[in-house]
Amino acid sequence: MTTGSPLLTVRNVTKRFGGLVAVNDMTFDVKEHEVMGIIGPNGSGKTTMMNLISGALPVTSGAIDMRGHLLSQAPTHEIARLGVARTFQLVRVLPGLSVIENVMAGAVFGHRRRWGNEARFFAEALLERIGLGAHRHQPVSSLTYIDQKRLEIARALAGEPAVLLLDEWLAGLNPTELQIGMDLVASLRGEGRTVILVEHVMDAIRSLCDRCVVMNSGRKIAEGAPEDVLSDAEVIRAYLGDE
Amino acid sequence: MNGKDVQSLTAIVVCIIAAACFPFIADGYWMSIGVTAMMYMALATSWALFSGPTHYISLATAAFFGIGGYLVGTGMSDYDLSFWLMMAISAVVATVLAALIGLATLRLSGVYFVIFTLGLAEMIRNLVSWVQNNFLGSRGLYVLTDFTDADIYWMLLTVAAAVYLLGWLINRSRLGFALRIIGNDETVARHVGINTAWSKVLLFMTTGFFAAIVGAIIAPRYSYIEPNLVFKPELSFLVVIMALLGGAHRLWGPIVGVIPFTLLWEAISISFPNYTTLLLGLAFLLIVYFIPRGLIGLIEDLVERSRA
Ligand SMILES: Nc1ncnc2c1ncn2[C@@H]1O[C@H](COP(=O)(O)OP(=O)(O)OP(=O)(O)O)[C@@H](O)[C@H]1O
Ligand SMILES: [Mg+2]
Repeated sequence: MTTGSPLLTVRNVTKRFGGLVAVNDMTFDVKEHEVMGIIGPNGSGKTTMMNLISGALPVTSGAIDMRGHLLSQAPTHEIARLGVARTFQLVRVLPGLSVIENVMAGAVFGHRRRWGNEARFFAEALLERIGLGAHRHQPVSSLTYIDQKRLEIARALAGEPAVLLLDEWLAGLNPTELQIGMDLVASLRGEGRTVILVEHVMDAIRSLCDRCVVMNSGRKIAEGAPEDVLSDAEVIRAYLGDE
Repeated sequence: MNGKDVQSLTAIVVCIIAAACFPFIADGYWMSIGVTAMMYMALATSWALFSGPTHYISLATAAFFGIGGYLVGTGMSDYDLSFWLMMAISAVVATVLAALIGLATLRLSGVYFVIFTLGLAEMIRNLVSWVQNNFLGSRGLYVLTDFTDADIYWMLLTVAAAVYLLGWLINRSRLGFALRIIGNDETVARHVGINTAWSKVLLFMTTGFFAAIVGAIIAPRYSYIEPNLVFKPELSFLVVIMALLGGAHRLWGPIVGVIPFTLLWEAISISFPNYTTLLLGLAFLLIVYFIPRGLIGLIEDLVERSRA
C-alpha cells in the first residue's frame, strides 16, 4: 500500500489527570491511507491518546491537527464531523435502537451526512458488507459480542470518516472470530482507509500495520515498521519489565 | 409523505376535531375538568418532547408555568397591559430562562439534573414571592377577562395540538433521531457528530415556551394570582406522573396518562384534601415501580407477547 501525505499530526500532546501524566509530550503523524498501530503495556496511555484525538477528553497542552483543522480546540461532535470516527475499548452500542438504526446514527450525523432513505440504504449496504445483514431489524440486545463489535465498526464507517480509530477492537474475540475480525480490518486497509489501531494482539499489529508507535508511561519510546519496533530492546524491556 | 404519514395525520386531525366539540356537550362541572385535563395534555406532551427521548426528568415545569401566570397577573393587574401581550412576553421570558437552565445543567445527568431543576424552580418561586411581597405590595393580582371556560379550553386545545404536531415533525427529523441517540448514550451521540448541547437546550426551550403559554392561558381562571399558587411545585410532579403513566417514549403516551389521572386527582383532592402530597408521592412510586414504560408500554408488551 502506498501511503500519502500526513493526514493527522500530533504535536507535543500532553494529558494530565491531576498528578498523573497519562500522555506525555507525544508527537507523531498519521499518513493518508495508512494503518498505524499504537501499542504499549497496560496503562501506557493508548486509550487516552485516542480520547484526545476523538475529543472525548481535552488536551492539557499540545496540538492535534487534521487537514488544517485544529482538533485539539474543537468540541467532540465537531471532530466527528471533520472526519474522525471511533470504536470504544468497552463496546458501546445504542441499546434502545435497532441494528440498522445504530448504523444510521453514524450515517446521519457523521462526516458525510445522509438522511432518509439514502441513510437507510447506505446503512443496509454496510451491514451487508460487515456480515450483519440478516440482523438489521433486530434489537441490539440479541447480538453476540463479536456482532456488537461489528455493529460498532459499521456505525463508525457509516459517516465515511477520514480516519478511523479502533481501540482494541480485536480484544475478547475467540480464535475464529479473531480471524474474521482481522480479515475485516485487512479489507479496510485494502480500501485505502486511514486507520489508527490500538492493539495488544501482536499478530494483528504485524500483519495489519504499516507503521507503529510504541508508548510506555505516556511517552513514545519507539516508532517504525512493526518488525523493527517489536525487536527494539527498549520496547522488549517495556513489555517484559526491567529485570 | 407516505401512506402511513397521511394516516397518522388524519388520526391527529380527527382527534383534534373531536376534542374541540367537547364544550358543546359538557356541563359546567365537566367543562372545568375538561379545562384541567387539556391543560395537562399540553404540559405533559411538551414535557415529553424533551424528557421522553432523552430521559432527563425535568421538574422545572412549574417555573415556566408560573412565569406565564404571574406575568399575565402583574401585567394586567398593575400595568393595564393586554392579556395577549403578557402571554407573548412570558413565553419569551420562559424560553430565555429555559435556555439558561439548559446551559447550566449540560454537565448534569440523572438525579442531579432532577434535583437541580426542582431546586431552581423552588428558588424562582421564593424569589418572585419575595419581590412581590416586599416591593410590589402583597395584595393578590387580578386577571379580569371575559374568557369563558370554553374559550380557555379551546385555547389550550390549540396549544396542545401545536405541541403535538411539532412533536410529530421533530420525531421525523434529524433532531428527533439525535434526541433518541442522546437518550441511549450521550458519549456515543457526541462521537457520531451530534451537537448534544444544542439539541438538548433547544428542546428544553421548547418545553419552557409552551409551559409559559399554558400558564398564561389558564391565569384568567384563577380568581387572583399569587406567586405561591402559580409556581406550586406540585404541578411539576403531576406533569411527570401523567406523562410517565401514559408512557413518555411515545408522543401520544402522555395524553393517555392525563385523562385517568386528572379524574383520579380530582377525586383525591375532594376526598383527601390533606393527603394530596402523600398520595402524589405514592402514585409516583407505584408508576415507576410497576409500569416504568407506562400504560402504552404495558399494551405494547402484551401485543408483543401475544405475537410470540
Ligand atoms: N479519565 C481518567 N481519569 C483519571 N485517570 C485516567 C483516566 N483515564 C485514564 N487514566 C489513567 O491514565 C493512564 C493511562 O490509561 P489508558 O487507559 O490510556 O491506558 P491504555 O494504554 O489504554 O491501557 P490498556 O492497555 O489497559 O487499555 C492509566 O494510569 C489510567 O489509570
Ligand atoms: Mg486502553
